[in-house]
Amino acid sequence: MTVAIPQIHYLALAPVLILFGASLALLVASALTRAAMSTRLINGVTLLAALGALVSTFFQWSFVAHHGATTTVAHAIVLDGFSVVASGTIAVGLAMATLVAHDWSIRERLRGADYQILALASASGALIMTQANDLIVLFIGLEILSIGLYVLVVLDRHRATSAEAALKYFLLGGFASAIFIYGAALVYGATGSTNLTSIAYFLGSNVLVHPGLLYAGGAMLLVGFAFKVAAVPFHLWSPDVYEGAPTPVTGFMASIVKVGAFAGLVRVVLSALGTQLNTWRPILWVLIVLTTVVGASLGLVQRNVKRLLAYSSINHAGFILLGIWAGTSRGVGATIFYLMTYVPTVVASFAVVTLVGGVGDDMHAIEHYRGLARRQPWLGGALAVLLLSQLGAPFTSGFYAKFSVLASVVDAGSGVLALIALLAAAIAAVFYLRWILALYSDDDIEATRIEVPRATGLVIGLGVVITVLFGLWPGPLAALAQHATVLFTP
Amino acid sequence: MHSSLWLSALITVPLIGALLAALVRRHDRRSYTVAIVSAVLELALAIVVVVLYSAHVAGAQTFDFAGRWVVAAPFGLAYDVAVDGISLFLVALSAISLLLALWGAREQRREPSFVAWMLLLTSFTMGSFLAHDVLEFFIFFELTLIPCYFIISQWGGAQRSRAALKFFTYTFTGSASLFVGLLYLGFVHQHQAGGALTFAYGALSSTSMSHGTAVWLFVAFAVAFAVKSPIWPFHTWSPLTYAEAPTGGSVQLSAVLAKLGSYGLLRFAVGLFPLAFTTMRPILMTLAVIGILYGSALACVTPDLKRMVAYSSLAQMGFVTLGVMAGSKIAMTGAVLLMFNHGIITLGFFLIIGMIERRRLSYQIADLKGLQGPAPVLAALFTVTMMASIGLPGLSGFVSEYLILIGTFSVHAWWAVVAAVGVVLAALYLLWAYQRVFHGRSDGANSEISDASTKERWVLVPVVILIVALGVFPRPVLERITPSVQQLLTHVAPAGVSK
Repeated sequence: MTVAIPQIHYLALAPVLILFGASLALLVASALTRAAMSTRLINGVTLLAALGALVSTFFQWSFVAHHGATTTVAHAIVLDGFSVVASGTIAVGLAMATLVAHDWSIRERLRGADYQILALASASGALIMTQANDLIVLFIGLEILSIGLYVLVVLDRHRATSAEAALKYFLLGGFASAIFIYGAALVYGATGSTNLTSIAYFLGSNVLVHPGLLYAGGAMLLVGFAFKVAAVPFHLWSPDVYEGAPTPVTGFMASIVKVGAFAGLVRVVLSALGTQLNTWRPILWVLIVLTTVVGASLGLVQRNVKRLLAYSSINHAGFILLGIWAGTSRGVGATIFYLMTYVPTVVASFAVVTLVGGVGDDMHAIEHYRGLARRQPWLGGALAVLLLSQLGAPFTSGFYAKFSVLASVVDAGSGVLALIALLAAAIAAVFYLRWILALYSDDDIEATRIEVPRATGLVIGLGVVITVLFGLWPGPLAALAQHATVLFTP
Repeated sequence: MHSSLWLSALITVPLIGALLAALVRRHDRRSYTVAIVSAVLELALAIVVVVLYSAHVAGAQTFDFAGRWVVAAPFGLAYDVAVDGISLFLVALSAISLLLALWGAREQRREPSFVAWMLLLTSFTMGSFLAHDVLEFFIFFELTLIPCYFIISQWGGAQRSRAALKFFTYTFTGSASLFVGLLYLGFVHQHQAGGALTFAYGALSSTSMSHGTAVWLFVAFAVAFAVKSPIWPFHTWSPLTYAEAPTGGSVQLSAVLAKLGSYGLLRFAVGLFPLAFTTMRPILMTLAVIGILYGSALACVTPDLKRMVAYSSLAQMGFVTLGVMAGSKIAMTGAVLLMFNHGIITLGFFLIIGMIERRRLSYQIADLKGLQGPAPVLAALFTVTMMASIGLPGLSGFVSEYLILIGTFSVHAWWAVVAAVGVVLAALYLLWAYQRVFHGRSDGANSEISDASTKERWVLVPVVILIVALGVFPRPVLERITPSVQQLLTHVAPAGVSK
C-alpha cells in the first residue's frame, strides 16, 4: 500500500510552520537545558517568530497578487488574500501579546517557556483556521487553538480563580468542539465532501430534495463557532474565563481567537454554504441581535473591568457578525477590517489592564482606575483613547470598523438590523464612558504610581498609534481589507 | 485668501487652542489666556466670514463654493465646508457663545481641561454648521457629545453623572437612527448614480426615491434632530441636563447645541427629503405646538430657574420647529432668526443665573427673594433678557416670533393660533419668576448679595446690544438669511409646498 504525498506549497504554510516550529524549538530547548532559560531569550524567540510570520505574509501577499489564489495539500489549505490579511493580523496580535507577557512573567516571577510555547501553538492553530479549506483541517486548527488556550488559562497556578475558569472553558469548549465535528459529519453526509470548495460546488450544482441534514449540520457548525466567538446565547463561559485567566492570556484570547474563529466562520458560511445564505441569515440575525444587545446590557452592571471587557468583546463579536450576515464582498471586507483594527486596540487595552492589575493580577475593580489619568496622564489617556475606539468614537479606528460593518448591512438591505446594533452600541457606550470618567475623576484613592515597563509601554503606544492613525487615515487599511476580498476565492 | 480657508480656520483655531490649553499644568492661568485668545480670534474670524458673506448675497449658489477633499474614499468621507445664510449666523452664535461662556464661567477658568473641552466643543459645533457633506456633518455632530459629556460629568451639579449619562444615551440613540438613515441614503444614491460612495450634500439632495422611502428617511433623520433640539416628546433629557450642567455647559448646550438640532432638521431632513415634507409637516407642526404649550406650562410650575429656562427653551425651539415646518418663506426666515436670537437670549439667562448661583449657591426660586434691592443692575439685565424672550416689540425675540407666527398663519392658521397662546404663557412664567426672585423685601442672605461686578456687566453688554440691535434693525441679518431660505424652499417647492 502506498500513501500518496500531496503537493505542498511551502510558502502557503510558512506562517504556520514558523510559529509551530518556534513552539517546538522552545519546547525541546526547555526540556534539554537544565537551568531555566532567560525570559528575555524565550520572548525574543517568540517575538522573532511572530515577526517572521508577519514578514512571510508579505511574501504571501505578493505571491497572491501575482499568481492569484491557490490551494495546496490536496486542496485542504488555501492561500488567498483573505487568509494572508487574517494571518498578518494574528501575527501582529501575537507579537504585541508577547511583549505584554514578557513584562508580566517577570512581574509574576513565572519561570520557563510554558506561556510562549502554548501561545505560539495556539496562534498557529488560529493561522490554520484562516487557511483551512476543509472542515477537518478547520477542526484541527480549532483544536490546536483551543487546547493551548485551556492550559494558558490556568498557567498562573497562584490564582485560584484560574483553575475554575480553565475547567469551565475546557468543558464548554469541549462541548463546542464536539458539536462542531458532529456538524461537519452531517454536512459531509449531505454533500459528500468535507472540502469547502467541493461543498460549495455540490450545493451550487445540485438541488437538495431533503435539505434537513445540511441544515442541521450547518446549524451545528454555527453553534461551534458561536461558542468560540462567544456569541449570545453561547457566551456564558466568556466573562468567567476572561476574569479568571491571567490578564495577558485574556488579551491573547480576546484578539487572536476572534480572528481565527471569524476567519473560519467566513469560509464556512460564505464560501462553503454561500449558496444557502438566505437559510442562515435569520439564524445569524437572531444571534447578532442577542449578542450585541445582551453583551452591551450585561456590561452595564459589571464592576470588574475584565468582566466588562468580556461583555464588550461579546458586543464586538455581534458587530463582526454583521459583516458575515451581509454576505457580500463589502461585508467580508468589513469583517476583516473590523478584525484588523480590533486586534491592536484590544491587546493594548488588556496591556493597560495587566499593568493596573498589579502583582498578583487582581486589582481589576473599576475603582482601581479612579484618577489614573490625572496621576499618569499618558497611561490613563492611552486607555481613554483605546476605550473611545472600542466605543466607536470618530477619529479612532473603531469608528470606521463599525462604519464599515454597518454600511455593509445597510447595503445588503437591513436597516433595522443596523439600527438595533447601533442602539446596542449606544448602551455599550455607557460603560466605556463610565470607565473613562473613572479615569478622570478627582477623588483619587491612595494609589501608588504604576510603573510602565518598556515592552508593555511599547505595546500600549503602538495600540494607540494604530488606533489614531487609522482613525484619521483609514484609507489604506480599508483598501487592503477590500483588496483581500477580491482575492477571496475558495 | 480663498473663502473656504476662512471656514476651515473657524474649525481649526479652537482645535489648536484646545490642544495648547490642554498642555498647560493644572491651576495655571495660562490655559485661560490661551482660551480667551483663541475665542477672540474665533469671534474675529466669524465676523470676517459674516462680512465676506455679504458679497455672496446676490449669488444664488452660496452654499456651494468650497472644494471637496476626500479623506477616506472607501467610506465616502470627505472634508467639505461651506456656509450660507442659514448657517452663517449660527456660526457667529457659536463664536459669541464660546467667548461669553468662557468669560462667564468663572468657577472653572483655572481648569485647563475645562477650557480645552469648551474649545473642542466649539470646534466640533463649527464643523457641524459648516459641513457640506452629510457624513462629515454626522461625525462632527457625534463628536460634540464627547466634550459635552465631560463638561457635564466633571463640573456639573450634584446629579451630574446621571445627567451626563442621560444626555449621552438620548442623543446617541437619536444619532443611531440618523447614521442608519444616512448610510441608506448613500447607498440609494450610489446604486442610482453609480461610482464611488459619496455623501456630498449636493449629490444626495438630488437623489430620487419613492415617497415611502423619503418618509422613512425623513423620520430617521428627524429623530436625531428632535432629541437634540429638543422637540416634544423627545425633550425629557433636557431639563435635568440643563440644570445639572455647569454654567458654561448649560450655555453651550442650550444656546448652540440645541440649534444643531433645528439646523439639522432644516438643512438635512427638509433639504434632502422634499418628498416627505408635505407628509411630515402636520405631524411635526403639531409636536411643535404641543412643545410650545407643554414647555410653557411646565416653565410656570418648575421650582428652579435653570429648569424654567430649559422648559422655556423647549417652547422656543417649538417655535423654531413650527417655522421650519410651516413651509412659508417668512416663517422659515423667522425660524432661522429665532435660532440666533434664542441662542443669545438663553446665553444671557444662563449667565445671569450663573451669577445668582455664584452669590447665593442656589438657583431654586424659593431660596431667592427681593434681589432687586441689593442688585439693581443684575435685575435690569435680567429684565432686558426676559423682555426679549417674552417678545416685547423693539427687542430681538419679537421680530423672529412675529415672522414665524405671521408666516405660519398665512398657510396653516390654526397651528399659529394655538402657538400664539405660548407667547402669552411666556409672559406669565417669566414675569412671575421675576416677581418671586427680584421683587419683595430681601431678607437674610438675599439682602447681602453684591450687584453685578464691572466684569460681569461687560460680559452681558454684548448680549444686551445684540438683543436691542436685532430688535430695532434686523434687516442686515434678514437680508442674508432670506435668499438662502428662498433657495432651500425652491428645492423643496416642486414637491408641492404652498407659498
